[in-house]
Amino acid sequence: MLYDVLVIGGGPAGLSAAINLRARGKSVLVVSNPMEENPLWKAEQVENYPGLPSVSGAELLTALWRHAEKDGVEFMIGKALNTALAADTWYVSVGSDVREAKALVLAAGIVRGKKFPGETELLGRGVSYCATCDGMLYRGKSVAVVGYTETARKEADFLKGIGCEVQYFERPRTCAITGSDRVEAVTCDGVTAPVDGVFILRPTMAPTDLLPGLGIEKGYVSADGKMSTGLPGVFAAGDCVGGPLQVAKAVGEGLVAGQNAAAYVDGLSRKK
Amino acid sequence: MALQHFKTSDFDAAVDAAPLAMVDFWAEWCGPCRMLGPTVESLAGQYDGKVLVGKVNVDEEPDLARRFGVMSIPTVIFLKNGKEFERKVGVMPADAFTAILEKNL
Repeated sequence: MLYDVLVIGGGPAGLSAAINLRARGKSVLVVSNPMEENPLWKAEQVENYPGLPSVSGAELLTALWRHAEKDGVEFMIGKALNTALAADTWYVSVGSDVREAKALVLAAGIVRGKKFPGETELLGRGVSYCATCDGMLYRGKSVAVVGYTETARKEADFLKGIGCEVQYFERPRTCAITGSDRVEAVTCDGVTAPVDGVFILRPTMAPTDLLPGLGIEKGYVSADGKMSTGLPGVFAAGDCVGGPLQVAKAVGEGLVAGQNAAAYVDGLSRKK
Repeated sequence: MALQHFKTSDFDAAVDAAPLAMVDFWAEWCGPCRMLGPTVESLAGQYDGKVLVGKVNVDEEPDLARRFGVMSIPTVIFLKNGKEFERKVGVMPADAFTAILEKNL
């Protein structure tokens, strides 16, 4: 099905955008990691959200999620990996599935940590970001999974299930990938594993990997007063566009992004 | 020439004879590959007669995938007379491919 808007990220910004899109009658799909993986989930107390003193991050996130569900927002648990625009439709790959929408709201939070040495050079030559997408090309081979999410374990199990020999690295601080024209080994926190492939599973993709052509300023996604990124039909909100990295700021931006995404979708239907 | 679907048996002859070729390695079960499909198809039309544009199904032709060390799909490989000079991994906008083609026509 073609959604009006696909929201990448199920934190305060994304859910605020989704709720406001539903208020304008738009169909919405939120693609998100499980709620418990959101960094806000671990906040014992959110001290500065107006009107809700000392609410916990988990309570606030649960309330936002329930509100969105009640309003008819659809959810898909997974990680957006890639996007492509063709004839006013955005295609978003989530694992090995594809979803379609007329507009996007990017609210994926911030990516912590830089890429590893060798990661960019060996992408597609043994470095992969998706076990369910590329796993079949590694049947009978040895691979490393570098996991920074709860769900990374499941992807490692999937690789074992299809016949890969898997070495798992749990949230290593440093890694380096080596090999000349394809991956030969990975070294994480001083442990070297000779492997044919390295699956790097972070909570979110870097915005510019997800949406080539996106403007970046001082490490954050550039957006104007309407939270438009300049790419057709792509809006952004929350931590990914910059600080303060606070819930109140995120929900405000989510509202603006949601309303302007709704207006963009209305504009498309008028065009036809 | 319209979009080609290469087999291991006909790949070398076709690509060696082409001054410029662009080959998309893909599979049915790969969502991102299905996203890239329409772009590759339209480039085949746009560069008809100038660039040999084709696809290789990695499930049906695992030998070709192995030979080129394709370990993520989609991967698009650019060749001059059968010799690889550039590759792009993942879904990209059409401009990413046309930039390479225009420079090497």
